[in-house]
Amino acid sequence: MTSVTATASIVIIGAGQAGVQTAEALRAGGFEGAITLLGDEPHGPYHRPPLSKTWLAGEMDAAQLVMRAPEMLARKGITLRTDTTVAAIDRAAQTVRLADGSALPWTGLVLATGAMPRRLPLPGGDASGVFALRGRDDASAIADRMALCIEQQQPVVVIGGGFIGLEVAATARKKGLPVTVLEAAPRLLGRVLAPTLSDWYAELHRSHGVQLVLGAQISAMDVGTDGAVAGVRLVDGTVLPAGLVVVGIGVAANDQLARAAGLECDRGIVVDTCGRTSDARIVAAGDCTARRLADGSLLRLESVQNATEQGKSAAAALLGQDRPFTATPWFWSDQYDKKLQMAGLSTGADHWAVRGDMTAGSFSVYHFKGERLLAVDSVSASKDHLQARKLLDAGKSPTPAQAADTAFDLASLLA
Amino acid sequence: MAHITFIEASGQSTTVNLADGWSLMQGATANGVDGILGECGGSCACATCHCYVDEARLGDLPPASAGELEMLENVAAERRPNSRLACQLKASAALEGLIVHLPETQE
Repeated sequence: MTSVTATASIVIIGAGQAGVQTAEALRAGGFEGAITLLGDEPHGPYHRPPLSKTWLAGEMDAAQLVMRAPEMLARKGITLRTDTTVAAIDRAAQTVRLADGSALPWTGLVLATGAMPRRLPLPGGDASGVFALRGRDDASAIADRMALCIEQQQPVVVIGGGFIGLEVAATARKKGLPVTVLEAAPRLLGRVLAPTLSDWYAELHRSHGVQLVLGAQISAMDVGTDGAVAGVRLVDGTVLPAGLVVVGIGVAANDQLARAAGLECDRGIVVDTCGRTSDARIVAAGDCTARRLADGSLLRLESVQNATEQGKSAAAALLGQDRPFTATPWFWSDQYDKKLQMAGLSTGADHWAVRGDMTAGSFSVYHFKGERLLAVDSVSASKDHLQARKLLDAGKSPTPAQAADTAFDLASLLA
Repeated sequence: MAHITFIEASGQSTTVNLADGWSLMQGATANGVDGILGECGGSCACATCHCYVDEARLGDLPPASAGELEMLENVAAERRPNSRLACQLKASAALEGLIVHLPETQE
């Protein structure tokens, strides 16, 4: 029997930020085989960040949301298949089986399957008018419902004071709707922000007319005779009337296909810093991953930067190169006219320093653990943010006093 | 509406007719212009839609905000006096005929 080298063919499951990035990085890296990008939505690749903001506010056309024009992908020899759901991965046969029963062969496989919003396991949680926001169609449905609420003068209730919930709340206020945000924890964005910044964001939302309920305990959705949500009931018996409920209580990685195929998963598809799964022919990138760090711990990130950087690493890995993603994580959130930019991971911080003027609305909060700078959260202070990424990349820490002293030039630490 | 011409580092030139309010980043990515990434979707958060605008037309553009100027410090290619972020430039009649050069790299 003659040995025939299979024609190289890479299949990418997921046509979001990570999938597109991986496809383009494969081409940029010189890969000349077939690339097939599978998306389960009817839309081609689009920008997700505007969904909770300008898209939801109805300030954008669908064409403005396009991440890459389909003809550009075609020009790069990337075959995009929308409305295509993968049923299973067969590692032995090196195929993916599609929902329509057909099989696609691969020599390299990329998992960029993203994440799914967690559902609220409460009575009435699946009533009409209760939404989670993940994709374009979710955001469009929420926008339609908001229009109905405006027409019928019904209020909006947001469950979860995280980034998605607060961005939706800000957008709903911008549309003039009464908004209540229910957060189970004692403060907003408690897993990410320093207490002082949580308080600042609470005040920002209150000053824009949002009613905040911290430590909220929800018992059920009240459902009207028409099957639509009518209100949110708290355990103390309070009912908050609602024509629209948006649930933003986090996401779970889409690792089902990987898990069923026997790849190592632990609340996400486990990858090394170069994006490799437990099968060297298969890489993963973006929200679906749990990245194994040098100390053995697993890091789950949901961000554009994570998707693009892991996408580049994953492409390199399939081309036989090591391109570890070790850069400082960064994130952002737009609420009202304030831009929050975060660098680093604040988990474990035990003291904080504020640089700038919190009342003026342009400042940064520096998170420290002992002497070490862990993270910096900047509000409308991009310069601090960019400098923080450099400091954290270089492993340099100002003292808390230096961080708080605007007369001290933080760039001098990088010299 | 404004006709905007994007010239990629390779020399490839594309002219698109953008409706008012569209950002140049949106116009480029929706029309198959390579060389602009716009990873953050137009939030002025990633500095991957760096472009060089025709110097003679700089005066026709609204000045960069403080946030844009700060993000411009983080562009991958050389920052020049005519560097702007394409997501912050919105099409209007004032931009008719604008020529925009794209850098070699955005990341």
